Amino acid sequence: MKTIRIRLLAAFAMLAAVTARADTVTIVTSFPKELTDAYKKAYEARTPGTTVEILNKGTSAGIAYVRESPAGNKPDIFWVSAPDAFEVLAKENLLEKLPDLNPAIPAKIGDFPINDPNGFYKGQALAGYGIMFNTRYLQANDLPAPKEWADLAKPIYFGHVATCAPSRSGTTQLTMETILQGEGWENGWRQIAMIAGNCAVISDRSTAVPDGVGSGQFGLGLVIDFFGLAAKNSGFPVDFVYPSITAIVPANIGLIAGAKNADAAKKFIAYSVSTEGQELLLEPKISRLPVLPAAYAKAPKDFPRPFEKPITAKVKFDAQLSEARYYVVSALFDQTITFRHKELVEAARAIQAAEVKVEKSKNLEASKLLDEARRLAFSPLVSPTQISDKAFLATFKASKKDAETAKKVTAVEEAWGTQAKGNYAKAAELATKAAAM
Amino acid sequence: MTRASLSQRLLVAAIGLFLLVTLVLPVAAVVKSAFTNADGSFTLGHMASLFHVTLLRESFYNSLYVAVLTVLASSILALPLAYLTARFQFRGAGIVSSLAVIPLVMPPFVGAVALQLLFGKNGSLNLLLKEYLGFRIPIMEGLTGVIFVESLHYFPFILLNVAAALANLDGAMEEAAENLGCTGIRLFRRIVLPLVLPGYLAGALLVFIKVFDDLGTPLVLGVTNLLAPQAYLRITSVGVDDPFGYVICVALVIISLVTLWLSNRALAGRDYSTSQRGGTAVSKYPLRAWRGVLAYAWTGGVLLLVLSPLIGLLLLSFAKIWSFSVLPDSFTTAHYATMIQDSPRMIWNTLLYCGVAAGVGVLISVAIAYLMLRTPVRGGKALDFLASASLAVPGIVLGIGYLRIFKGMNVPFTETAVLSTWVTITLALTVRRLPYALRSCVAALQQVHPSLEEAALNLGATRRRAVVRIVMPLMLGGILAGFITVFVTAAVELSTTLVLLASSQQAPLALGIYFYLQSMTGRGPGAALGVAAVVLVGLGTFASQRLMRGRGAMVG
Repeated sequence: MKTIRIRLLAAFAMLAAVTARADTVTIVTSFPKELTDAYKKAYEARTPGTTVEILNKGTSAGIAYVRESPAGNKPDIFWVSAPDAFEVLAKENLLEKLPDLNPAIPAKIGDFPINDPNGFYKGQALAGYGIMFNTRYLQANDLPAPKEWADLAKPIYFGHVATCAPSRSGTTQLTMETILQGEGWENGWRQIAMIAGNCAVISDRSTAVPDGVGSGQFGLGLVIDFFGLAAKNSGFPVDFVYPSITAIVPANIGLIAGAKNADAAKKFIAYSVSTEGQELLLEPKISRLPVLPAAYAKAPKDFPRPFEKPITAKVKFDAQLSEARYYVVSALFDQTITFRHKELVEAARAIQAAEVKVEKSKNLEASKLLDEARRLAFSPLVSPTQISDKAFLATFKASKKDAETAKKVTAVEEAWGTQAKGNYAKAAELATKAAAM
Repeated sequence: MTRASLSQRLLVAAIGLFLLVTLVLPVAAVVKSAFTNADGSFTLGHMASLFHVTLLRESFYNSLYVAVLTVLASSILALPLAYLTARFQFRGAGIVSSLAVIPLVMPPFVGAVALQLLFGKNGSLNLLLKEYLGFRIPIMEGLTGVIFVESLHYFPFILLNVAAALANLDGAMEEAAENLGCTGIRLFRRIVLPLVLPGYLAGALLVFIKVFDDLGTPLVLGVTNLLAPQAYLRITSVGVDDPFGYVICVALVIISLVTLWLSNRALAGRDYSTSQRGGTAVSKYPLRAWRGVLAYAWTGGVLLLVLSPLIGLLLLSFAKIWSFSVLPDSFTTAHYATMIQDSPRMIWNTLLYCGVAAGVGVLISVAIAYLMLRTPVRGGKALDFLASASLAVPGIVLGIGYLRIFKGMNVPFTETAVLSTWVTITLALTVRRLPYALRSCVAALQQVHPSLEEAALNLGATRRRAVVRIVMPLMLGGILAGFITVFVTAAVELSTTLVLLASSQQAPLALGIYFYLQSMTGRGPGAALGVAAVVLVGLGTFASQRLMRGRGAMVG
């Protein structure tokens, strides 16, 4: 018994010694293991004596972690896709300003600044949004490859699509916002709702979508480019397209204020945007777009080259607008789509079935009923005037710790949910009626 | 036996203090948020919103539906197996009980991923069915999928408990009944059933509550209209400041507490103890003719189902590319190479956290069980209720509670923050899994009649000696079952560790698997790691079962 106890004690002591090592850079990130491992290995090999610690957390959990950990004991680097997350941290004085690190990186990609104009965070890679699809799945189900977001709303793709909820993933939120800005509020939402009606699943993790498409569980999914490209370059039977309405925005890296090891952290950030660090992004398993134009020289032939051939054509992405209505878009999507997905799918099914019948019968009255059904099922429950109403948006941004505010917001959400449920049932009923005519 | 001794009172106080710091205060910190306005004043406003939100009412019914149906389905899987292995001369009974533990060693979300590959809409089974028969079985869709995955995952709780109760049955009781002319169904109903009922209820209750606040499975399957996912989604997407998430948490806690209370009432006032153990072995009937065939067919079928997540995981761990096909296109062992390189640290972490959690948990449980059932000291019952109540606390709530109360606190005499050590994770695991150890120990002690201990006392043994020499050896089966259950379930815990993890160096296996499975190209190594975890914990379980059997023979 005694020897066991002593051995245990010795083991604990060893453990304590290991955790207290000196030159450690701690990084909070939402990026997959392939990417973080590659950087960890490369950087540790290059700078002996430095250990890179990866804390893998979702974007919002990461923000909470940085906020909650005590000053002086905070992690060093924050490294995620969504620029909004950095805005949140910067507003709470949780980011340290960084100097210009690599002059070869251009100021802008399209109209979007690559580095934060205030110097709080740096663009480290570029991300575009698009459609990833499983070629084997499409072939087995006789489906054509899609080109545009609008294609995903077509009846042929019913039950084959997957997306994440915008409230669960910063990148999905940006995708939805891109569609909304590109098509306008009402048309954009209609398209999103129709795509959601075709979805087999509204997932809660952005990675569940590329996973599902990769394994053939779903046929197509709305994803950020590197998921599609990495899967394709790793040999999965998948492909990826950028629709014409897309935006390219930077994924960022920033230094946390009150970091334990700020100097070592600065060196790591500088490395991540250096030529060497940028070329790491081209590894097949990672397949991200570098922010350094020169790095593309080593990229495979069919790799996207946003600096030579701009991908973003139609949308001038407005980050301010996106940030202002962030909560409303997420909540509206959750209440009327994520949590009412079953009912939405039923309505979509009924409408699509009716469309086929009405097409044949050419019955005017039936076609009117069908229009009404479509309006009920797919229109946003927030009007264009309401979505630009500052007071309305402010209610959602206010602290929900206050019972009165929380009650107001809950009441609005509840009304959306109930109305959506009623609308979907009514839409399905009208569509069935139209089909019978 | 009339007055409580000082040492008994001190023990009650010590355990009470432990539970106060590790359970009551963190939960209170979270509950407080549900009742506080932005300016810190008290409000019932948040709680009131609970009643006029349709989504929430619906989630409540769905959660109830899923939990009840999972208990039913788990019982259908578990009861025949338990009865067969305990009461019949059945070859491979040991294998059955070892294999039955396997689903428990896999985090439910991993099981869900693997089952999706086999039984999902475009999984192996449905691709075959579609090709040859033209239809699909939508077993992984919606609430059905949750029930399917959860049943396969949690039925061992019932199996283990019922099997232990059956094994502890005194053969003499049955023989006596038979001698008095009671046989067949009547024998089962009047003698076996009442003696096994506490074990069954304990297992069924665990399943109910676990399913009620399981998060991983519904999330992996994309089902959000359940209470736990609603709470999680609120807290993690609207923000840690959103009180509505805490409101749902409070609701979850209350519902689970009520369930616990109901079952305690149902069991109260019944004396299930046997005055003798090991004297007569339980009579085992031979299995003949069609009954044998039926028994083996049933066992085989259930085993195949139970093993299917593992089979899926195994295939995934060797698959180079597996996409929209019945089996992977090509195989590789590269994932295992990656896994071996990355995993020793995680394996060690798992052994450390879960070993400590199980050891401490069992010690506390034996103490509570003994204080409650065998001593006049006040507070034993309260400790039991308190410790069991942690079952009603969702992991994420406990995790956030720990972050709140230990924030800014340093380990005494050092500069190290409490939250940056592995101790917090281990404490959380201990508290979260304490009820399992406790139920096993209480059930085990209930089956040891007080007269045995009293005899020892009458013969001049001190109480400590009587406990160590008489009570503990007789409880050993229950204690070991408790240890295993704690270890194994702690090894697959995710929600608490995810919240409390301070550095990747401290990640246990389950978390490692979770990180790997986040990315498509990481699924292979993740699956390999999952296989390693199953092998590791499976071996442990097998070893302790051997140990248990050896000890049982010695006692007999």
